[in-house]
Amino acid sequence: MARIELDHIRHAYMANPQSADDYALKEVHHQWSDGGAYALLGPSGCGKTTLLNIISGLLKPSEGQIRFNGTDVTNLSTEERNIAQVFQFPVVYDTMTVFDNLAFPLRNRGLPEADVKKRVTETLEMLDLSDRANKRARGLTADQKQKISLGRGLVRRDVNAILFDEPLTVIDPHLKWVLRSELKKLHRRFGFTMVYVTHDQTEALTFADKVVVMYEGEIVQIGTPDELFRKPAHTFVGYFIGSPGMNIVPIKLDQGRARLGEHVIDMPGATPMPGKMELGIRPEFVTLGREGMPVSISKVEDIGRHRIVRAQLADHDIAVVVPEDGDIPADPRVTFVPEGINLYADSRRVETRG
Amino acid sequence: MEKTYNNKAWFLVLPVLVLVAFSAVIPLMTVVNYSVQDTFGNNVFFWAGTEWFEQVLTSSRFHGALIRSLSFSLVILAIQIPLGIFVALNMPRKGIGVPICLVLMALPLLIPWNVVGTIWQVFGRGDIGLLGYTLRTLGISYNYATDPWHAWITVVVMDVWHWTSLVVLLCYAGLVSIPDAYYQAAKIDGASRWSVFRYIQLPKMNRVLLIAVLLRFMDSFMIYTEPFVVTGGGPGSATNFLSIDLVKMAIGQFDLGPAAAMSIVYFLIILALSWVFYTVMTNYDTANR
Repeated sequence: MARIELDHIRHAYMANPQSADDYALKEVHHQWSDGGAYALLGPSGCGKTTLLNIISGLLKPSEGQIRFNGTDVTNLSTEERNIAQVFQFPVVYDTMTVFDNLAFPLRNRGLPEADVKKRVTETLEMLDLSDRANKRARGLTADQKQKISLGRGLVRRDVNAILFDEPLTVIDPHLKWVLRSELKKLHRRFGFTMVYVTHDQTEALTFADKVVVMYEGEIVQIGTPDELFRKPAHTFVGYFIGSPGMNIVPIKLDQGRARLGEHVIDMPGATPMPGKMELGIRPEFVTLGREGMPVSISKVEDIGRHRIVRAQLADHDIAVVVPEDGDIPADPRVTFVPEGINLYADSRRVETRG
Repeated sequence: MEKTYNNKAWFLVLPVLVLVAFSAVIPLMTVVNYSVQDTFGNNVFFWAGTEWFEQVLTSSRFHGALIRSLSFSLVILAIQIPLGIFVALNMPRKGIGVPICLVLMALPLLIPWNVVGTIWQVFGRGDIGLLGYTLRTLGISYNYATDPWHAWITVVVMDVWHWTSLVVLLCYAGLVSIPDAYYQAAKIDGASRWSVFRYIQLPKMNRVLLIAVLLRFMDSFMIYTEPFVVTGGGPGSATNFLSIDLVKMAIGQFDLGPAAAMSIVYFLIILALSWVFYTVMTNYDTANR
């Protein structure tokens, strides 16, 4: 297992990148700890697969250095980096048995057959596949095949990291949950460094200790699920994580308060600053009642445990989460819970300490 | 799922039955007709029973042609299948090379059979042919018209030239359909080039190879035009394959009865061998499940 250091990494798919926009992956400079479970989350085309391929060695970054435990591996091939990867679609060797599939990477590395047998048997047990050891791999279901893909990584105890590239795409919804919790269990038990690429926030938030949110080739925030929820570092994070996403409204900032149209919101500690100012508040922190700023309600969605009220506040669309039994007054008004207010200058979060 | 039975459904297959009847069954029946009767012309027929069949099946001429045809097919499969796989493996996967290779590969397939025969007939001639003349100047005595081995080699090389691209194109189609993830996974697992071929590429090509083997077997077993143009079945009867012999018997000697009986035996052999190939290869496929 290894600590992964990404030292000023940038990547462009074109030959001579001129401006920052030419880079598919803008500068990444982070250190991921040994034994951590990281999820790379972001929409399609945000650079998360590019970053994963740089870590796995399928891509060589245009600039920067990547180190495993302090050793420079930038110029090493995938095989030499000693990582394991689980792909979007299960990759199994059809003609081999489950046992031979898992033994394959060990045999290729010339391990004595006795050790191969011991390790494969252990791994099969870990994955709960022991009873299928001598079956052909091709007859298995998608989730079992995906387990075999994972097993071929796990069987090599010395792997530096296990990378997952949207591994649950082809798995049935009810099995996704099962597989994800098994993954989590394996991680807790054996402490592999895991990097998990996905565009599904539920997957990312339930799998990872640290979620790495990417947007337009940049890492916009690395944080625990709780941090991403309470203090999104970028308006994109606020909008992308949560259902519905964060309400973002443009404001004008005065000393200690914000103006939203004709309304005034108290923001102790805030000082005027240049750039586009926005206020972000999660629908969970907006209270609907008879006091506060008047809104006009356009739609109420009942999604079971609570209701989502879509409304207009000073010409801006906002969403409010109302408890199932909460009442919606005829003259609706909203107030913002102060702890839930985040301030953004040019889309990036500003700390307001009053 | 529960099957529903409705006899009206037979009407839906009727058009196909009629079509197949006119295109295959009825013409085949006339052959059956000839095979059990004897005629001296004027549409007068005598019942001959199984006489022609017995004659064909016991004649050494038929045995010779059958052995020649079978050997030819085996040689063709033994050369074209591995060669086709090898060429397909070495074809480019992307870039400008792809269309160039594909067009080059397709070219021999687009040439009519008798033209292929003519090309090689001229090509191999010692007086004006590029190949024949070059070999002769190099001091190698090469004459496909007098030496049985030379005739065989010429016919085999010609068929390899003409048809290997079909195997190549089929294998190539099978190869490009393998997702990149397999190769990446193999790299991560530390697989050798041979392992990648043995455990990824070959299993994924299984189905197209089955089609390639079947097509190449049937075509080579029925080969007629090219060797007929080049050697005419000679020298002697060295390249007298079943089809050439059949035409000689039917048109050359006008022995319609024996020729018809031979046609049917010939047809049944192809049917039986194709069935064997098909079952063996699909069984191998399902045995792996």
